[in-house]
Amino acid sequence: MSGYLLKLRIWRGDKDGGEIKDYPVEVSEGEVVLDAIHRVQGTQAGDLAVRWNCKAGKCGSCSAEVNGRPRLMCMCRLSDFEEDEVITVTPMRSFPVIRDLVTDVSFNYEKAKELPAFAPPERDADGKRRMAQIDVERGQEFRKCIECFLCQNTCHVVRDHEDNKPAFAGPRFFLRYAELDMHPLDTHDRRELAQGAAGLGMCNITKCCTEVCPEGIKITDNAIIPLKERVVDRKYDPLVWLGNKIGLRNKDYDGRTDS
Amino acid sequence: MASTDTGVTGPTRAAIEARTLRTDRWWVSPLLTFVVFSAFVVYATIRAFMGRDYYASPYLSPFYSPCLGDCVEGASDFGQPFRAFPLSAALLILIFPLGFRMTCYYYRKAYYRAFWLSPPACAVAEPHQAYSGETRLPLILQNVHRYFWYAAVLVGLVLTFDTVLAFRNAEHEWGHMGLGTLLMLVNITFIWLYTLSCHSCRHTVGGRLRHFSKHPVRYRLWTWVSRLNVNHGRYAWYSLFSVALVDLYVWLLATGTITDVRFF
Amino acid sequence: MSDRHPMTGNLMSGEAQGGMERHAYDVVVIGAGGAGLRAAIAAHDAGARTAIVCKSLLGKAHTVMAEGGIAAAMGNRWPEDNWEVHFRDTMRGGKMLNNWRMAQLHAQEAPERVQELEDWGALFDRTDDGLISQRDFGGHKYARLAHVGDRTGLEMIRTLQQRAVALGIDVFMECTVTDVFKDGDAVSGAFAYWRESGRFIVFEAPSVILATGGIGKSFKVTSNSWEYTGDGHALAMRAGASLINMEFVQFHPTGMVWPPSVKGLLVTESVRGDGGILKNSQGERFMFDYIPEFFKAETADTVEEADAWYDDKKNNRRPPELLPRDEVARAINSEIKAGRGTPHGGIYLDIASRRTPEFIRKRLPSMYHQFKELADVDITAEPMEIGPTCHYVMGGVEVDADTQESAVTGLYAVGECSGGMHGSNRLGGNSLGDLLVFGKRAGESATSYASSLGGTRPQVDEADVKAAQASALAPFEVEGGENPYTIQSDLQQSMNDLVGIIRTRAELEESLREIEAFKERARTMVVEGHRQYNPGWHLALDLRNMLIVSECIAKAALAREESRGGHTRDDFPGPSDEWGTKNLVVNLDAAGTGVDLHEKPLPEMPDELKGYFA
Repeated sequence: MSGYLLKLRIWRGDKDGGEIKDYPVEVSEGEVVLDAIHRVQGTQAGDLAVRWNCKAGKCGSCSAEVNGRPRLMCMCRLSDFEEDEVITVTPMRSFPVIRDLVTDVSFNYEKAKELPAFAPPERDADGKRRMAQIDVERGQEFRKCIECFLCQNTCHVVRDHEDNKPAFAGPRFFLRYAELDMHPLDTHDRRELAQGAAGLGMCNITKCCTEVCPEGIKITDNAIIPLKERVVDRKYDPLVWLGNKIGLRNKDYDGRTDS
Repeated sequence: MASTDTGVTGPTRAAIEARTLRTDRWWVSPLLTFVVFSAFVVYATIRAFMGRDYYASPYLSPFYSPCLGDCVEGASDFGQPFRAFPLSAALLILIFPLGFRMTCYYYRKAYYRAFWLSPPACAVAEPHQAYSGETRLPLILQNVHRYFWYAAVLVGLVLTFDTVLAFRNAEHEWGHMGLGTLLMLVNITFIWLYTLSCHSCRHTVGGRLRHFSKHPVRYRLWTWVSRLNVNHGRYAWYSLFSVALVDLYVWLLATGTITDVRFF
Repeated sequence: MSDRHPMTGNLMSGEAQGGMERHAYDVVVIGAGGAGLRAAIAAHDAGARTAIVCKSLLGKAHTVMAEGGIAAAMGNRWPEDNWEVHFRDTMRGGKMLNNWRMAQLHAQEAPERVQELEDWGALFDRTDDGLISQRDFGGHKYARLAHVGDRTGLEMIRTLQQRAVALGIDVFMECTVTDVFKDGDAVSGAFAYWRESGRFIVFEAPSVILATGGIGKSFKVTSNSWEYTGDGHALAMRAGASLINMEFVQFHPTGMVWPPSVKGLLVTESVRGDGGILKNSQGERFMFDYIPEFFKAETADTVEEADAWYDDKKNNRRPPELLPRDEVARAINSEIKAGRGTPHGGIYLDIASRRTPEFIRKRLPSMYHQFKELADVDITAEPMEIGPTCHYVMGGVEVDADTQESAVTGLYAVGECSGGMHGSNRLGGNSLGDLLVFGKRAGESATSYASSLGGTRPQVDEADVKAAQASALAPFEVEGGENPYTIQSDLQQSMNDLVGIIRTRAELEESLREIEAFKERARTMVVEGHRQYNPGWHLALDLRNMLIVSECIAKAALAREESRGGHTRDDFPGPSDEWGTKNLVVNLDAAGTGVDLHEKPLPEMPDELKGYFA
């Protein structure tokens, strides 16, 4: 197995300041950036702070920026870089830094709390629920989300404008709004809330969330834009309004109440 | 730029000076978009205001179709209801395709990035201090995209009609074809691919539903449009080129710079 | 203070080490995987003031890695399936060493627990008539696993997480519990530190539920993440509870073997359930050579019958690839040892030559993704290289089957860190059901105990708090000792080599000697830096738990002189009827530094249940 000395640089510091430091480290074939970080931790800097769990791209803990690009460190193969290339690892730059590669991602957990939960009707008479596979598939795509928050991190609405954070839920939660609005059983109409409290209108669909999603979820095309179109149905479409008036209307939102 | 203290160099963030640490050539794509779109806008503006050399029998430039103003003979297949309009006839109808493209979800991404640098590329800090997205005038008007889509369908039908008419010779006899016909065929194909792959179209045909299982036909349509939608951005580019190319070809024919290559 | 986290109340600055937070709850749940979340939801629903304390961020626990599904006899695909069949499968899979009552409760209650998830927003795959789809899995007679592609665990944890958030349950994230406090014989609270700041917290609570998961990190090749250091096992022992069945460690037959960075990472059993087969380097489908007597009657013995089973399950017997995990893991191990392994030391798992690329991508999306991204292998075109990996510990805290209470009043254990339910070997799909069924039971019984106390609750003794604090800070006091990372990696290597899938007396004795030496080295280990988010310090504290749990495993493995389920002794190759009637129980010894072991007869199954095995 061929090994080489990786020119690794890591941002070290905390909220009072920090800098990018050199940590040249021995790596071998088939390894990922997180392996190199762990080797630094085990041999050069025992107190290097980094979050990680599954190391398999399934838990979404090891989010960071590798050469400026938001990535999961465990899915970032060294073989994708030249052997003499310098690799710079920094924490996510949209969230307050705690220490080294660890950031305070509580913004996302706060936003999760603001979202009204799924509200199903009663079960069928036999105690089960029935949904067609094609009706749950759109939601299933969004539920692949591993909450790595790379989309939240890369979204310029909050990355470049701290002041937008209170009014903007971010791509991860637009996924959730879309999932629930497309849910075949949910009894809430979430369109008003998505536009208002969640700040859907702030999104200018520049698609960076989709670009960085390690799960390959088509966040913009399948969740955000359909959600914007649903909001248009509700708020900006006089034809829909007219249809409602004369009884020619889509009955798909029947039985739903504003959440 | 970017000394924004509310962004990545703000007080709570990891202390890193650079606006971005990306080492790839992230600026190529927005730059290319900027150059090509700008070139198209300049070209289209000039051609739209020229008010001449848009018809070379049997070909009508898509910039002038339908030709509803005081148009040259043979160009107006739908009458001339706006005969009194003093300016170029293109200005009467260009608003529709222009509006369709300006409010298109793909073009929005492209020009917000390339022209407004908001953001120039992913994880590259934008230069603006404040940002309100599409929540206020004028950008809240982006929500009218679906109306421009309705109009774009009509424009597409007219251009399809023009393409059918192009299977004539200069004397309007049927059963002929030239290089112009071929270019118009290519153009109308891309126009339809672009129009039908639109996100609003996808929503209208079925995306708005919550129960696909209760609407099998619309579900089928939605899956087709979804497949096209994946390439919406590509069709946006192709159709932009093809429409300009057809216009250029007609222009060159009309001014006598070249002569049409007739196949039969 | 302005410097606090809006959510956690956590102090953000490095100098805020002093001081001690105090919180009072009715029920404190340690761990936020499936079991912990379900327990907290149940406790909250029963009216308790509830806190969840977890080492990682919410939603990152190892439950997300569960792929196959949740075993529950809902009968959506096979109307003839019911709890009795599921119960029988579970007991047989565990080689009859299971706590029969837990197996029974699990089989009876799992269907409703799954339906409940759907009420909370889970989107399971559907059958044609719109019900929850169920898939085949090793050891289950009928297609029984409710699933979402091959990411069922993610769906489950996200659903429970969203439910817990909607209910407004307090969550202490990135917070590690290091001690359980007692007042006399009853639990009075717990001691913890914020990983982020290093500050200490005292929880005052009469009920503590351990839901900390497994011990996999004691082994080198494991599918478990850094968190699985046996915290709950060790906390329970230190509080005076006992562990059972610790010799039974499940090695999942199919873990990735290459590249090195993902060695041990799980390859879901669904690959085999959906048609994948095992081949050695000579291209032989070797599982037919390894069908044990116990399962002969229900396993296909020809390739034709095995292949026909996928389409016609009524008239054919199951392929041998779908034998319980212990059998398959041992067979793979034997093939590799016999020199018929692959270049990277595994064997081949082949679905590419048996199913269409579309089918594979649809049914196994995350496996496709995992191999493509991490190993650059396209599983629709070439076989996977796989080998056994430490996956699950059947052993855990000895608890009452109905309430999940341990021997210590007020201390409960659920999920992987409890013992008994799975006997000597767990069937795939039974863990997720286990988390839900017993999570709910523990939450409810912990609440009812807490509310039965009225105003007179056990008190936290300040001397214990001081002692817990001193113990947690001890690694900073040492000078010139060893780095915890080195000790951990030596321990993992040693456990893998000496207490792995095949065991012998000599090696187990050797391992106990090595563990003693590691304990000695750990006494003088040193950590650099300060208390703010310091992984070296965190590891030093976790390492103590890993050491004690490793000792439990080795000691119990040495004592049990037979081979059964997740415990294989080269020197005692078959099961023994005598050992089949007893559990091994371990406790902390009087000095508090080692492990005592004794035998205990299995609980007697009532006659009406015995009938299922006649």
